[in-house]
Amino acid sequence: MTGERVARLLVLAAVVGPLGVALGGRLGRRQGSAVVEVHARMASDGGWGPGAITVGVGDSLRLRLVSDDVMHGFAVGHTTIPPKDLKPGIPEDVTLRFDRPGTYTFYCTRWCGVNHWRMRGTIVVSGVGAEAAEDDREPVPVALDLDLDAPHPAAAVPGAAPDAARGWPLVAELPNADRDPEALGTAAPADVYLRLRADPAHAHRTDEELWNLVAALWLSAGSPAERRVGGELYAANCAACHGEGGDRRGVMAPALAASLPPSTMPGRGRPADFTDRRTMLGASSALLAGKILRGGMGTGMPNWGAILTDEQVRALVAHVWTFSLSDHQP
Amino acid sequence: MTRVDLLRVPWVGRLVRSRWPQVLLTVALLTGFVLAIVAGLAGTPVGNRNFGIVGVWIAWWAALMLVAVPVLGRGWCGVCPLGAVGDWLQRGAVLAPGRRGLGVGRRWPTKLRGRWLQNAGFLVLALASGAILTQPRVTGLVLLVLLLLAVGVSLVFERRTFCRYLCPVGGFVGLYSQLAPIELRVRDKRRCAAHRDKTCYVGCAAGSGCPWQVYPGALDRNPPCGLCLECVRTCPYDNIAISWRGFRSDLLTAPGHRPDEAFKALIMLGSALLYAAVFLGPWGTLKEAALGVGTGAWLAYAGAVVLLLVGVLPGAFLLAVQAGRRVGRSELPLKRAFAVYAGALVPVGLAAWIAFTLSLVLVNGSYVGAVVSDPFGWGWNLFGTTGARWAPAFTGLLPLAQSAVLIAGLGMTTVVAVRLAPQAHAERPLGQAAPVVLFALGVTLGMLRLLVG
Repeated sequence: MTGERVARLLVLAAVVGPLGVALGGRLGRRQGSAVVEVHARMASDGGWGPGAITVGVGDSLRLRLVSDDVMHGFAVGHTTIPPKDLKPGIPEDVTLRFDRPGTYTFYCTRWCGVNHWRMRGTIVVSGVGAEAAEDDREPVPVALDLDLDAPHPAAAVPGAAPDAARGWPLVAELPNADRDPEALGTAAPADVYLRLRADPAHAHRTDEELWNLVAALWLSAGSPAERRVGGELYAANCAACHGEGGDRRGVMAPALAASLPPSTMPGRGRPADFTDRRTMLGASSALLAGKILRGGMGTGMPNWGAILTDEQVRALVAHVWTFSLSDHQP
Repeated sequence: MTRVDLLRVPWVGRLVRSRWPQVLLTVALLTGFVLAIVAGLAGTPVGNRNFGIVGVWIAWWAALMLVAVPVLGRGWCGVCPLGAVGDWLQRGAVLAPGRRGLGVGRRWPTKLRGRWLQNAGFLVLALASGAILTQPRVTGLVLLVLLLLAVGVSLVFERRTFCRYLCPVGGFVGLYSQLAPIELRVRDKRRCAAHRDKTCYVGCAAGSGCPWQVYPGALDRNPPCGLCLECVRTCPYDNIAISWRGFRSDLLTAPGHRPDEAFKALIMLGSALLYAAVFLGPWGTLKEAALGVGTGAWLAYAGAVVLLLVGVLPGAFLLAVQAGRRVGRSELPLKRAFAVYAGALVPVGLAAWIAFTLSLVLVNGSYVGAVVSDPFGWGWNLFGTTGARWAPAFTGLLPLAQSAVLIAGLGMTTVVAVRLAPQAHAERPLGQAAPVVLFALGVTLGMLRLLVG
């Protein structure tokens, strides 16, 4: 073979080689169809791709997760699968198995941008399982037919932050009927305060004492462990908009307002201020749970019902009350 | 400094005269070039995991700016795959010399000669650098367009028209090759004058006529010569020398005199400042505008950059040259003085680019290991280095190294400016040079502020 011919073959290899390697790599990936490659991109660039995946009950679902832009996270709602961080361009393999049929939501767990919460996809698990993933029971806010969008100004507001610690001894003096957790869950703190204020049995107490009592009642609805879980959920999912201290000074709050279309609804586009007692003390735990579950239509508040379990929502509500019913310091 | 004729060293002479080393290196680089295009277009869109970005803008750029240009001058052009493909098609051969291949062989229009198109091309790339340097797709597309353009031009026009008049990288490399300690010249000009066949220009059985359209007998500066080495092979008298010489030789012995070359020096210098400000500076808004190619903010940014690079900076330099003429009582016309003294900006410009590149490479060089094992970002691990962590290297020494380079560049510019003064027919040479040196000092301080803080 002449030198010229060798040189030409080398040039041909230089051009065709990389193309062949790329093509071979592509085909190889397609043939490995047991693995579903899921790409994560910021919501404005398409979010998850594919956004819908199907699998049978009990079957292994092998996913190769790749972030195409910034740091993302992968988790599946209503499961105990640990979240997986996705560094840009570094594939991560996970294998999932679902024992119950239903529609599961997978979502991003890292604040990747103002529309982070839009990064959601679904895994449809078909077949027969022990029980459906979706709970057929009506959520409490639905059963109560609560109007989640109605303003809820507090009928009474304390002059300063109540001190639940000083209210604890007074709680023990209340009759059981006044401590019924179910009844308290659907009542607003301000309404309970007014009822107690009107009760001759509490006529000797100052307003401050009664507010301390109400604060203690509300905070006692959740155990310390539950509030700790709620705090972790809040920090991971809510603080970016509502602020670490519940004062809606989250790092994403300004961008959130700018990202939403102009609206005639006052306050829309601004996260709720959990430290504002004028509105918070007019809400019930059931109302707050409803808002979390459904989200705020058009406000940028995501619906968490597809992701959080009832226990997690309760824990979150218990944590949210700490912003208005105690001298909570972030 | 005494010149050392490297071709007199036997093994160097053999390496240069044989076509194999050059062809093998070019083919290897072509492989990398095509890989960069394919990876850019088909690989992961994450820049630091894609060979298109890391291989080109970190590895290649570092090799070019820290080694090839400062030491070998136009050495890169001699093995660049971009121009080689068209060259092979024109000759109808890769290794064999002097064949007839494809191409119409038309002459490049006279009006389009000069460096203006290269300047414009570099400016366009600089304006889009926010996207090119960060988005693999854009890099892949730009490389593909450059390759197709180079091949297309070579099929219509004669010799290395693309390299000489259009290639934005070639313009950059050519400008700074003036400082390189390597030069290709003839040993005896009288021998060339007496040689009737001029095989170095028209070609012969041993090789092609100069693809760069240069007559070596008249060559007195590095920029026109692409170091393709054809003249070494075609000269029947062994009259070509590749020599090791002192730095800055071209700037003193054959200063530029054309406004297009002066503007090139200023655009390159301004671009170094711009890149440092955009990619290493603390201004998020500026970076966002530069990255958002096509947006309103980018249009404003692009307008400001064009104004800065072809208006404000040359304007300021013109004022400095004019001040020098007055103080030095120079008889040289302002336009000519502008062109001559722009050459003095070459050292400070190269120093600025090297300093910028040091930041880029020492901080991001560790990405190279990962993309070598996984060029497309598809989760491969060919050489077991995919998991290599991002690890900035020698960053403690970075400010010191950058300061030293920038100060050395300023020192060299000062020497060149002072030694150019007699050519400007100035009564007071130091007075003539002082404003130009002050201009270079301003640029150096700007770079120090951006890079070192």
